[in-house]
Amino acid sequence: GSLQSPPGRRPRSCRLRAPAPGPSSPFFGINCLCISLTADIISTVEFNYSGDLLATGDKGGRVVIFQREQENKSRPHSRGEYNVYSTFQSHEPEFDYLKSLEIEEKINKIRWLPQQNAAHFLLSTNDKTIKLWKISERDKRAEGYNLKDEDGRLRDPFRITALRVPILKPMDLMVEASPRRIFANAHTYHINSISVNSDHETYLSADDLRINLWHLEITDRSFNIVDMKPANMEELAEVITAAEFHPHQCNVLVYSSSKGTVRLCDMRSSALCDRHSKFFEEPEDPSSRSFFSEIISSISDVKFSHSGRYMMTRDYLSVKVWDLNMESRPVETHQVHEYLRSKLCSLYENDCIFDKFECCWNGSDSAIMTGSYNNFFRMFDRNARRDVTLEASRENSKPRASLKPRKVCTGGKRKKDEISVDSLDFNKKILHTAWHPLENIIAVAATNNLYIFQDKVN
Amino acid sequence: MFARGLKRKCADHEEDMGGALAGFRAVPSYSLQRQSLLDMSLVKLQLCHMLVEPNLCRSVLIANTVRQIQEEMTQDGTWRVAAPQSTGRAPLDRLVSTEILCRSMREQDGVHPAPGMGDDHVLGPGSELSTVTSAQTPRDPQNSVWEMDSPRENRGNFQKSLDQIFETLETRNPSSAEELFSDMDSSYYDLDTVLTGVVSRAEPGPCDGLQGLPPVATPASSSSCKSDLGELDHVMEILVET
Repeated sequence: GSLQSPPGRRPRSCRLRAPAPGPSSPFFGINCLCISLTADIISTVEFNYSGDLLATGDKGGRVVIFQREQENKSRPHSRGEYNVYSTFQSHEPEFDYLKSLEIEEKINKIRWLPQQNAAHFLLSTNDKTIKLWKISERDKRAEGYNLKDEDGRLRDPFRITALRVPILKPMDLMVEASPRRIFANAHTYHINSISVNSDHETYLSADDLRINLWHLEITDRSFNIVDMKPANMEELAEVITAAEFHPHQCNVLVYSSSKGTVRLCDMRSSALCDRHSKFFEEPEDPSSRSFFSEIISSISDVKFSHSGRYMMTRDYLSVKVWDLNMESRPVETHQVHEYLRSKLCSLYENDCIFDKFECCWNGSDSAIMTGSYNNFFRMFDRNARRDVTLEASRENSKPRASLKPRKVCTGGKRKKDEISVDSLDFNKKILHTAWHPLENIIAVAATNNLYIFQDKVN
Repeated sequence: MFARGLKRKCADHEEDMGGALAGFRAVPSYSLQRQSLLDMSLVKLQLCHMLVEPNLCRSVLIANTVRQIQEEMTQDGTWRVAAPQSTGRAPLDRLVSTEILCRSMREQDGVHPAPGMGDDHVLGPGSELSTVTSAQTPRDPQNSVWEMDSPRENRGNFQKSLDQIFETLETRNPSSAEELFSDMDSSYYDLDTVLTGVVSRAEPGPCDGLQGLPPVATPASSSSCKSDLGELDHVMEILVET
């Protein structure tokens, strides 16, 4: 595809080029690479920095890591498939005896650390505790110990008459995951975000009211850098919904709120980032005001572009792209499912209006993606100003067959392939999507199915 | 229930209803819808205290919605006025949920709603309906679950103002153990017992406390979004006891 950056180069160094319309556009010719059925509802999806590994977390506290198969000339069609690499139980359910409440083991977020040696590291978090996991490969084992037999029994020291040097022999690849750090007891409220800093030494964790800064090596203390808790809880009217560090400036972070605002903070200005450096809010359109205005303006996700020049926010009905230099309004607004605006009361009744959709950029920042209902997801090409609705379903995902764009009929006569708003399945929601940092490969989580789609290349 | 989201301006309903009737029917319909939204929101705030800590963001958004409605009703002066009977038979589910909210109100006969914020303005619109609902609402085991004996009831489990709701949320997230024990509001634990008697102990799913309810026959609903109202329909059906 024309948006593909050369392998091995960081996305920010490639030039943006507008794709030609038609089949060579990345939104046509998307086909399904593989589908994976997980035991539990997937709650987070994240590619690592190279895109070779894809981690998913689920409601049962499990992490499943997929690895991209190496190109194999003898099996050209299997190129790029993702297979299970490692599975481990990250979090267990806990019980808070003081409050008589369960602490869910559901993995809210996974974030990879940049790779520094042969092992891979990631942070995974549930509502209360963040864990640093080391994933390492073992493909050799030592044989010929002096003090113990091959099966591990200790040898009688008096029987040892000679010394030998143990030798390493190959074994079947084993991938081990071990918890290296546990960052606990720092959050009173539910953690919604973690973000690794560009200094690769610190990271932030955000809950409904506070944001803490951690050092990856230190687990027994963290710094509170944002506190939105009012002195009187009765006055609580706004919570933190997401937070992220700037990709290059290690002193800059943003956090979004339930009132549809984003605050950018500079940690250099003060230790406690109570005063924001920038405040992003779009003025409300008075003609569309309703009792649901605030709820649908609540931001469910905020993501910096890879370039660091822009950020994207997701609210209930739209995705907005902001230029960090302009606080007054976004530079782009993309409607995700505007046809739901007339159904807000019903969606409030069945709680769907509180669903938190995530959003993501592609590697070159030329496209963005977010999920919707009925297993639909939406992709927006910012340069070509076109968008497409696709469906993640087994029936429609034949290998090497392109996904057909879907269309929702908003009124009047329904055309042949369209689906009417009232037929949408609101239990099939795509909340989590991820885009490969370098290539046009996307991961879409549909309840407990993980779909990996690829743009047809060559 | 509603085909359209609620709008503040009555004029927005004209397109639904046709120009000729708009002026006459727009105002009562809007008040009914607003009242229904208020009732629904208050029930949501109560239902969210299940096994797992409630989602604070959701609670705050619902509470803000309730505040908005209350502000508007205070400005309109409509919280003092009975809901109009022009439609003849108001939806039974709305009456029942109002009845639940006003249960303790009936016990204290002749209490007048005080102006401004506080518990009372929640009761206002429903109080005139209380005599109507006690006749209409069938007495049955399920309704009796909501009935609670005096002391807890008088503390106003269901009439908690937003302040008290957040105070209790605060209690559930104490910054010190002393705070926890001094402010422990046992009525919430009673509420949990009550609720778990009514609803099955289901895991919080996408629609939180509303999902674990046993299926009941679907009443005739004018909603154009039937498929996605399944869970809340079940709640209302249990309350209404069809």
